[in-house]
Amino acid sequence: MAEILAQVARIEGLAMITIRAGLARAGDALAEAIGLAIPDRTGITTDGTRSLGWMSPDELLLILPEADRDEALQLLEQALAGEHALVADMSDARAVFDVTGPHADDVIAKLSPVDLAHLAPGTLRRSRAAQTAAAFWRIPGGLRVIGFRSTADYLGLILSEAARPGTGLAPR
Amino acid sequence: MTRTPPFRLAQGGRLIDRAFQIPFRFDGRHLRGVTGDTLASALLANGQMLMGRSFKYHRPRGPIASGAEEPNALLSLGQGGRFEPNQRATTTPLVAGMVTRSQNCWPSLDADLMAVNNWLSPLFPAGFYYKTFIHPRPFWKHLFEPVIRRSAGLGAAPVEADPDRYEQAYAFADLVVVGGGIAGLTAARDAAASGQRVIVLEQAPHWGGRTPTDHPGGQAAVDALLADLRGRENVTLRRNTMATGLYDHGYLIAREAIADHDPNAGLPRQRLWRIRAGHVVTATGALERPLSFACNDVPGVMLASAVRDFITDYGVAPGQSILVVTNNDDAYRTALAARAAGLDVPAIIDARPLADGALPQAAREAGIRVLTGTGIAKVKGGKHVEAAAICDQSGEGRVLETIACDVIAMSGGWSPVVHLWSHCGGKLVWDDQAAMFRPDPDRPPLGADGKGNVTVTGAANGDLACAGDLEQPEGATMPVWVMPARAPYKLRTKMWLDFQNDVKVSDVELAAREGYASVEHTKRYTTLGMATDQGKVSNINGLAILSAALDQPIPQTGTTTFRPPYTPLTLATIAAEARGEAFQPLRKTPIHGWHETHGASFEPVGQWRRPYCYPQGAEDRHAAVNREILAVRGGVGTLDASTLGKILVKGPDAGRFLDMLYTNMMSTLPVGKCRYGLMCNENGFLMDDGVVARLSEDSWLCHTTTGGAERIHGHMEDWLQCEWWDWKVYTANLTEQFAQIAVAGPKARALLERLPGTIDLAALPFMQWAEGELAGIPARIFRISFSGELSYEIAVPAGRGLELWQTLQREGRDFGITPYGTEAMHVMRAEKGFIMIGDETDGTIIPQDLGLDWAISKKKPDYIGKRAQKRLHMTDGNRWKLVGIESLSDKVIPDGAHAVAEGTNGNGQRKVQGRITSSYHSPTLGKPIAMALVRHGPARMGQVLDFPMPSGEVLQGRICDPVFYDKEGSRLNG
Amino acid sequence: MLTLTCPYCGVEAEETELHPGGEAHLKRVGPDGSDEDFEAYLFARKNPKGVHFERWRHAYGCGKWFLAARCTASLQVFGTYKAQTPHPPAEIVDAIRAHRPDWQPDWTPEQAQAESAAE
Repeated sequence: MAEILAQVARIEGLAMITIRAGLARAGDALAEAIGLAIPDRTGITTDGTRSLGWMSPDELLLILPEADRDEALQLLEQALAGEHALVADMSDARAVFDVTGPHADDVIAKLSPVDLAHLAPGTLRRSRAAQTAAAFWRIPGGLRVIGFRSTADYLGLILSEAARPGTGLAPR
Repeated sequence: MTRTPPFRLAQGGRLIDRAFQIPFRFDGRHLRGVTGDTLASALLANGQMLMGRSFKYHRPRGPIASGAEEPNALLSLGQGGRFEPNQRATTTPLVAGMVTRSQNCWPSLDADLMAVNNWLSPLFPAGFYYKTFIHPRPFWKHLFEPVIRRSAGLGAAPVEADPDRYEQAYAFADLVVVGGGIAGLTAARDAAASGQRVIVLEQAPHWGGRTPTDHPGGQAAVDALLADLRGRENVTLRRNTMATGLYDHGYLIAREAIADHDPNAGLPRQRLWRIRAGHVVTATGALERPLSFACNDVPGVMLASAVRDFITDYGVAPGQSILVVTNNDDAYRTALAARAAGLDVPAIIDARPLADGALPQAAREAGIRVLTGTGIAKVKGGKHVEAAAICDQSGEGRVLETIACDVIAMSGGWSPVVHLWSHCGGKLVWDDQAAMFRPDPDRPPLGADGKGNVTVTGAANGDLACAGDLEQPEGATMPVWVMPARAPYKLRTKMWLDFQNDVKVSDVELAAREGYASVEHTKRYTTLGMATDQGKVSNINGLAILSAALDQPIPQTGTTTFRPPYTPLTLATIAAEARGEAFQPLRKTPIHGWHETHGASFEPVGQWRRPYCYPQGAEDRHAAVNREILAVRGGVGTLDASTLGKILVKGPDAGRFLDMLYTNMMSTLPVGKCRYGLMCNENGFLMDDGVVARLSEDSWLCHTTTGGAERIHGHMEDWLQCEWWDWKVYTANLTEQFAQIAVAGPKARALLERLPGTIDLAALPFMQWAEGELAGIPARIFRISFSGELSYEIAVPAGRGLELWQTLQREGRDFGITPYGTEAMHVMRAEKGFIMIGDETDGTIIPQDLGLDWAISKKKPDYIGKRAQKRLHMTDGNRWKLVGIESLSDKVIPDGAHAVAEGTNGNGQRKVQGRITSSYHSPTLGKPIAMALVRHGPARMGQVLDFPMPSGEVLQGRICDPVFYDKEGSRLNG
Repeated sequence: MLTLTCPYCGVEAEETELHPGGEAHLKRVGPDGSDEDFEAYLFARKNPKGVHFERWRHAYGCGKWFLAARCTASLQVFGTYKAQTPHPPAEIVDAIRAHRPDWQPDWTPEQAQAESAAE
């Protein structure tokens, strides 16, 4: 029996904070508070445990271990004091899956209208996975996919189905 | 002559391996084929030429082609859930154990009773149905349509669910080459050498197209190209993949057969490819055309190329004596191939006056009799070819001699496959010399940049000699649309154009006589080209006949529109992964699992599933709803309200923004307080409602309806980004961050006070909120009520929603705590006269209709919808307005029932003066209650309205105040 | 199925990732507008065969609304640009003119200038 294309694993214990602000003005203060470089357009920066993703021209997503959430929220509020900004804890609104394995790209290619050959490491792509919103980027060994908490079962199901053994996209 | 074995040749057959026998069944008979066979070649190898019956006249039919263009050999495959009708035998690979059946015949293929239609065929000309069944009118519905429906259609529809899996995948390429023949492979090699990302799609399981079959050095040339392409990383070669349609901006759909009819492989049966191509090269080859001679549909009359394919590729002799009839040189290859395989070729009937090219010379040298300037007057035989009557092509069909044969290999020339080119707007030109439509390079389909994004190469471009230096020059094709040229009417009524739909030369001529000048109209009148093969072999012949009948050149007639898919796609392939559990995303709240284990009966609300009620024991839904309502009104209940939209709006201009968004004033709402708000669109119509809480000096939390969260968030962003882009406002959709639980009923506070926490509920007035900790969970508590009872809505982080819910159930046990669903919520709000978006509104209702003037600010200079609500029709005093309705009987007047008025309208229907918008049995009041929109309703309290039912019964209801319960609102305080 | 490049995030998105929003550059008519102006604002659309300006939201993406200049007949895309402008910018006009020399804007440069100055 052939191997599955990739492991699909739900990841728990991550906090996510949405930051909306004028990045041109508040970027430096944010970078200092978070300790990560502000990502370029559609980029994601990381130090291994925390990541900072570019979501839109005035929105960033900070992903970090749950234990660091409250401190980060505090630091962000401080850094943005006096700025027109919005900081919101979204940790409970999201579902995270890691798709890892030699054919992880094939799994995503069955669900998202995205040219994965051109998805460089450090790029965060917002799109959809079949019928639900999703964003993904490369991690060592595969891709990390985030979606909504309410459709986590659906997202997990379509990812696992797409990873079934023997269904790789290489021509047969 | 009769057909005699052996049908499988002793030698030859480049695609088969005789060593491996494959058993299969056809109409119950056990047969054997060999590895590499298609279903058609395996059936022919068993002497089974008869494979189906035609659609209209039930005439016996055998295959005429060897590929995707086949109109006749359509079989039903498989059993149970894997049953699939109308599968082309010529493109279906033979699989061990395959169960196949013929179609459109009863009781059997050999003795089909419906073949009586054939003898009655003079009664069934084109347009017969249109002309005959139109009068008298009632007969259509009750007599004609049921009978026609029963006899219509080819194969039967499957009745069981398809057990196989299907999937889809996206791909991107600089260049997609459609067609893996010599032309396509050459184009791919040229593009690949320049470093482009190239995908090559081939419909068949093998590469090379016709080249290896038709040319001695063909296989070697193909192999050399494949070796080159396989060595390149930037090239993907995909076999068994049919490009079915080309759409805007280079979007190409293709179907890959992965485990067709091989369910044991555990793989998806088919994969739908969604390919975005920078450029497309169509190298889709050409299809051979039939010739129109009398009885050209008798089994055994086949396309010359197909006869050659069966001999050369599959080692099958379609017959022992093969008569060739042609208007071109190419068909001579069939004669030579047949002769090389040891079969008899009694003659080559060539319509051209002269045939002295290399191939005709070779045929003569092989000793084959070549008769130029001749044609077939008529085919003899019923269920198979027995002989052909030969005549002068230029004459009326006087028989010169009769030649015995069991197969007739015909060739009327070749038509480039222009479907993909045409799908997306590419135009065609008529090439008079070659007698074919081919792509017009000056009018290609256009890409996003406005430049042509498709090019054509090889036979698809009319270059029939594209095998290049493999090829010797061929003599010219002579257009032959009718054989013989001056065939009388009697012969023309036996010349088939569209084999699958039984359209003949005489039918198209009749259409022209009856005034059908447009090819599109003729197509629909005669059904030419409307069968499952979409007229791949019939269209050009048909429009040539139409042109002749209209006495106009072929390009003036033009072609019908080529539409995708090129070959039929199984619906399951299009659905791909979207079936069963994955049919669509189901949104689940964090408490969903608890609802499931506690017997909730769910209802869909948008993509959410919400508990409708929680039936206990033998209770039905109605009883459960009543119990839940009484429990809330008498004690305490909990509702999972997590699905409510929760949108954070923040910034220095947030108040100003919300004043524009809502009809009432939100900027003046004090921090800590809540206000019910209405949202309208620019048309003035009510689009959403909900409670807004002011969280801080510069932030508001807007609750939306369950279905409205994403829509309203998008609405907000639209106005912020596109109209008031200089306003400093940020929004965030926090809907899924929080679980929200409504705790409602006179004992609600007592229950919550049992839980440890930091929020003083006694100090929390109605329409205010507070935050702190509850049962160890960070919580925000809103004292708001949709039930009319003392009620708190508690928002906690979604991840802790279940924990709070379970704590409430545990701690509230001795209060008789009762989880309640959406229906109890609906009934309770109706008892209180609260409106519901989607019940009292339908996209044409303004707040004023619902008596909500109190929620519309008179002070504000502007809000979205304000101007619209000043329009004449919106201020018309005759608009229907919200009232309550008391049923005069104990019957619930159904939701949607109309109140009739005096008189009738122009259509003779009763005039109406109102309709029921919500209607329930109220267990609290022990009687039916309803809300309705009624003309001048609020001014007509006490009047009785008639609501006629479809049964004839008339229900009556009295207009009353829409607030049925606790008008003074004392229960809000418990 | 169209592809359009979102001018905010640079992603070349396909139609399924986008949400259409109808004609662009409509000027809102508020509470003081005449019946005729308000009717035109709500209902009168150009619906041309040819060059057209329209609204799209990068819904399955950065969430921003953007505008596209497109030929409704050939589906050629002349360009996409940000929504915060009352008229198509000059480079879009140039791109259209390069392919449709006969096309004329239905606003004047003075109008465009006056309105962008007022912003």
